[in-house]
Amino acid sequence: MNASMSQFLRVAWIVVKKDLTVEVRSREILYTTLFFSVSCVLVFAIAFVRQGRPLSDAAAGILWVAVQFSGTLALGRTFERERHTETLRALMLAPADRPAIYLGKLLGIFALLSVAEVILLPAVTLLFRAPLLARPLPMILLLVSGTIGFCAVGTLFAAMLARARSRDVLLPVLLYPMTIPVMIGGVMGTVALTQPEPQEALAWFWINLLVFWDVVFITLSMWTFDPLMTE
Amino acid sequence: MSVDFDELSLVDLSRHFGRRKVLSHISFSCRAGEIVGLLGPNGAGKSTLLSIVSTLVSPSEGEVRYGGQTARTIGAGLRRRLGLLAHDLHLYPELTARENLTFFGGLYGLDNLPSRVDRAVALAGLTDRADDFVSAFSRGMRQRLALERVLLHEPRLLLLDEPFTGLDDASGRALIGRLRALKATGCIVLIATHDLDLAEDVLDRAVVLQAGKLVALQDGPGTLRERYRVRIHG
Repeated sequence: MNASMSQFLRVAWIVVKKDLTVEVRSREILYTTLFFSVSCVLVFAIAFVRQGRPLSDAAAGILWVAVQFSGTLALGRTFERERHTETLRALMLAPADRPAIYLGKLLGIFALLSVAEVILLPAVTLLFRAPLLARPLPMILLLVSGTIGFCAVGTLFAAMLARARSRDVLLPVLLYPMTIPVMIGGVMGTVALTQPEPQEALAWFWINLLVFWDVVFITLSMWTFDPLMTE
Repeated sequence: MSVDFDELSLVDLSRHFGRRKVLSHISFSCRAGEIVGLLGPNGAGKSTLLSIVSTLVSPSEGEVRYGGQTARTIGAGLRRRLGLLAHDLHLYPELTARENLTFFGGLYGLDNLPSRVDRAVALAGLTDRADDFVSAFSRGMRQRLALERVLLHEPRLLLLDEPFTGLDDASGRALIGRLRALKATGCIVLIATHDLDLAEDVLDRAVVLQAGKLVALQDGPGTLRERYRVRIHG
């Protein structure tokens, strides 16, 4: 690994470590994200489970809607924290590679959402009687690749909008249309895994497609982060 | 890329946000070892000017030259030589004083970071509170810590936005002593302030911004505050 790559990864790690340290101490984003995602699943369970029988394939959609909603909340709060103390400007003033700062923020948000998903996945499994954990490896890979894709676009937009007056409204308005490919891949892959006869090959197709979108979104975001963050 | 420069020049600099013109055709320069005051009423454009010089905001017209080069030609290495103490202090309240300094020092890739941090904490007068969370600090303590955070990487160009805010008399005097020491090392210091009585002791000269335009401050008798009042209020 050459020196510039090692420096790049070191900066990303410093940012992740800082974000996780702040979160471990405040637990603000984790608790609100968890509370929101579990509430969301409970409301859907009340609506879509009748006499103990859920609507077919509802679990897949509800899992990903909960990931999307709670992810939006986590993204907004993460950058609100940076905006409140204006530390985002201090990050931009540092001579470090801005794409490395972007990557650090992305990984921090991904880590927080992953913790929420550890609770969310069994909750959906239980409430919707869905065999989400029958094929654990492809299911985890679907969640990981889908969450990375969502966070990749979300981190860019949340950082861009951190100083905008209508950021709370603009973030979902921009983010949801852009992440439609990720949501389709996540839902379709999950549906394939939760059929009475699981279609594992189809699930792997969606996983590969999600990985493709992850590469596209991360590359584009790292490329545009520097110019977009200069006011 | 290692970058150094001994002059800062603002050349016909303008900035507008939509139709609102915040800065209009500003030109002046500062040399190494010079402390220049940036004075003006609220909303005159002082903070915007500092943001442009710090590369956070792009000018709409004109350019900033760092020893003959622009931020675009120098690249990201320029930021290694800049320090900006903004009105918001750029500190994480959930981290301790030491953790804040270590985090930013890490971003700047500084060597001997633990000893630099110890020295910075001592210079901020916070040795006993180094492992306390910043959220427990008073405004003055945060201000001192933020100043040391900005100086941790020994910038050539130091931009200070209201650096005397929240400082008690002793801390204000200590800051002036610190600025004189920086001047002796060849640091270019640009200070936006309303605290003219304190600043007068340390400024080599002052420029005044009024409604986004640079206006001359007359030399002559009277204190800096008196001359400023004559300029602004007539």
